[in-house]
Amino acid sequence: MKKVIMGNHALSYGAMLARVQVISAYPITPQTQVVELLSEMCASKVLDAQFIKVESEHSAMAALIGASLAGARTFTATSAQGLALMHELLHWASGARLPIVMGNINRAMAPGWSIWSDQNDSLSQRDTGWMQFYCANNQEVLDSVIQAFKVAERFYIPAMIILDAFSLSHTYEVVDIPDQALVDTYLPPFQPAFRLTPDDPHAFGGLTSPDHYFELRYKLQKAMEKVPEAVEETGREYEKLFGRYLGTVDGYCLDDADIILVTSGTAGSTARVAVDNLRKKGKAIGNLRIRLFRPFPFKIVRQLLRRAKKVAVVDRNISYGHHGIFYQEIKSALYGFSSIPVFGFIAGLGGRDITPETFEEIVDYTLSHETVDSEIIWIGVKK
Amino acid sequence: MKKPRTMKLSLPLEEYMNPGHLACQGCGATLAMRYVLKALGQRTVLCIPACCWSVIDGPFPYSSLDVPVFHCAFETAAASASGVKAGLEMAGDKETTVVAWAGDGGTFDIGLQALSGAAERNDNIIYVCYDNEAYMNTGIQRSSATPYGAWTTTTPVKHFKDQPKKDIVAIMAAHRIPYIATASVAYPEDLFKKMKKAKDIKGTRFFHIFAPCPSGWKSRPEDTIKLARLAVQTCYFPLYEIEWGEKYILNIKPREKKPIVDYLRLQGRFNHLTEKEINLIQEEIDRNWHRLLRLCLQPEEKPTA
Ligand SMILES: Cc1ncc(C[n+]2csc(CCOP(=O)(O)OP(=O)(O)O)c2C)c(N)n1
Ligand code: SF4
Ligand SMILES: [Mg+2]
Repeated sequence: MKKVIMGNHALSYGAMLARVQVISAYPITPQTQVVELLSEMCASKVLDAQFIKVESEHSAMAALIGASLAGARTFTATSAQGLALMHELLHWASGARLPIVMGNINRAMAPGWSIWSDQNDSLSQRDTGWMQFYCANNQEVLDSVIQAFKVAERFYIPAMIILDAFSLSHTYEVVDIPDQALVDTYLPPFQPAFRLTPDDPHAFGGLTSPDHYFELRYKLQKAMEKVPEAVEETGREYEKLFGRYLGTVDGYCLDDADIILVTSGTAGSTARVAVDNLRKKGKAIGNLRIRLFRPFPFKIVRQLLRRAKKVAVVDRNISYGHHGIFYQEIKSALYGFSSIPVFGFIAGLGGRDITPETFEEIVDYTLSHETVDSEIIWIGVKK
Repeated sequence: MKKPRTMKLSLPLEEYMNPGHLACQGCGATLAMRYVLKALGQRTVLCIPACCWSVIDGPFPYSSLDVPVFHCAFETAAASASGVKAGLEMAGDKETTVVAWAGDGGTFDIGLQALSGAAERNDNIIYVCYDNEAYMNTGIQRSSATPYGAWTTTTPVKHFKDQPKKDIVAIMAAHRIPYIATASVAYPEDLFKKMKKAKDIKGTRFFHIFAPCPSGWKSRPEDTIKLARLAVQTCYFPLYEIEWGEKYILNIKPREKKPIVDYLRLQGRFNHLTEKEINLIQEEIDRNWHRLLRLCLQPEEKPTA
C-alpha cells in the first residue's frame, strides 16, 4: 500500500511493521511525531505494544534496556539533547548486547537553541557501540527500521536510524508500506539466547574484573566487523521480498567519475541533482552516499573510491580541533590503499541550507586544486 | 515431666540468598535482601543500580542470589524496573514480581527523578530503598539521607552534616501510590509481613528499609541489630505503612520512647557531637514523631478545626 507520509511517520510505520513490543520515549522537536503516531497505534491496538511514557530520555533508554533484557523487541526515537542525555546508557545498551532500535532526528546541539539539522548529535555517539544508518528518503527510513532489527538481533548490537531534521523528518513523500505478512517472514519474533527470567536466573552486568572485561569488548568488535556483510546480505533478501535493495553505501554515476562527492543523509539527494547538472556540462562527477556509518564499510568504500581521481567529502558536522568526521573516516579508509587527494568540506551546520549550488562550489574547488592544502574547506561561512 | 517447648518459625525456611556474598560483617543491607526474598519468592527479578549491593551480589560470572539480577545504571533503578516489567509481560510472563533495589543515594538523590516518574505512572513494580545513610560503595560520602550531625568523608567532623535527612517517605506519599512501608532489619517478621502484603498489591509500592552499616557508621558489627532496634525504639526510624498516600498505619509504638543518645553513642560517626547538638537531634525526632502520630490518627479520631 502506498501512502504519502512524513519521515517521522516512516519511522513509526517501520516500528509498527517490526511489531515492536515495548516503546519508551520522551518528546523533543523534531522527533515528536514519531512517538505521537506510535502512541496512537498502541492506544488503538493496531500495535500490540506497551508504551512507557517516561520523564526523560535517560529513563527512556533505561526502560528499553530493561525491557530488551527481559526479551522484548524495543524501540524509541529522540534527537540532539535527548540523545546526549542518553549517552551513558548508549554504552550500556551495546555493552549489554541488546538489539534496541532507535530513530534519531539529526538536530544541532545547543547552545544556542537550534532545532535545525546537523550531524553532531549522532556523530558524538559514534564510539558507543551502536550501528548507525543515515537515511536519504522516507522509504529508506521505513525499510531501515525493519532491516535494522534483523541485523541487530542477529548480532545483539543496537542500531540507530538517522534522519535529517525537517528535510527528512517533516518532508512528505510517497512511501510503500509493505505487507505485514511479508515483513513477518523477513523478521521473525525476537527470541534472544539469554534473557532476564526467573526460569533461568543469572546476574547481568555485574562487577567484571580485568580478567573478563577485555574479552567482552573484543567480542562486540568482532560482531561489529561482521555487520557490513550482513547488511548487504539482509539488504538483498529485502530486495527479493520488497523490491528495494538496502546496502551499506549507495553509489551514483561512479563508474567513470573523476571526482566523487561523498555525502550522507539527505545531502545525498541534493548532490545527485548537482551531479546531473554538472554532467550536462561535461564534468565526470559521481556521488557516494554512506548509509552505514558504524560499523564503517571500509572494504566497499575503498573499492569504489579508488577508481576516482579525487574525492570530495562533505560533512554537516565537525570534530572540534580535528576535521569533518566523515572526512576522517574516508581518509582512514584509503590510507595505505590509495594516494588520491581527499578534500574535506564543512557545510550546513545548524540547518544552513545545502543546495545544488553548494555542491557545484565544492566541485569547482576540487577541480581547481591538485593537492590538499587545507584540511577543512568551509562552505558558506559568512565573512 | 515437662513437655519440651518448640520454637515457632515465623519466617519461611527457604533461602534465596546464599553464603559467599561480598558484604562486610554485620551488614544490614544483606539481611534486608534475605528477608525481602523470603517474602517475594523465587519468581522475582531484581534491578540493582550501582550501590553496595552491586558488589555484595558477587563479581561476574557469580551471583549470591537465586533470582535473576539486572545490574543497572546508578540513576535508573525505577526506570529499569518499569522496562523489565513491560518486557516480561510482552514476552508472556505476567506473574514475576519486579523489584528495584537501590541504596539511599540511588533513591534520595540521583535516582529520584526516575523514581518519581515511575511512581507517577503507578508502574507495577516494588521499589526498595535500603538506607545506610550515605554513599557507602564509594567510601562513605554524604547523601541527602545522611542525618543531621553525622560524620562522612565529605562532611568532616569540623563541618559535619548540618541539614536534616530528606523525608523520602513524605515525597513518595505525595505521589499517592497504593502502598508505602518503612521496615527494619531488626523486625524481620514485620518486614516479611508487609512485603508479603505488598506483593499482592498492583501498582508502585515503595519500601524504605533501615539497614545499619558498621563500616560507614563506625559501629561494631555485632551492634547492627541493636542499632536498628534502637532506631525504632527511639522513634528515629518509626515503622509504619501508608496506603494511597493518605491512610497511615503505625506498626510499632514503643512502650517507652528511648533517648536518642543511646543510639548515637554506639556509632563513631556521631562521636564528635556535643550535648547541645544531641538535644537538637532529640527535638527534631520528637517533632517528627508527633507529626507521624497525628498522621496515624484515624479520620474519626482527628480533631476538627
Ligand atoms: C552516574 C554515576 N555517578 C556516580 C557513580 C559512582 N557511585 C557508584 S555507587 C555510588 C554511591 C551509592 O550510594 P547508595 O545508593 O547510598 O548505596 P550504598 O553504596 O550506600 O549501598 C556512587 C556515587 C556511578 N556509578 N554512576
Ligand atoms: S559498606 Fe556497609 S552497606 Fe556496604 S557492604 Fe559494608 S556494611 Fe554493608
Ligand atoms: Mg547508601
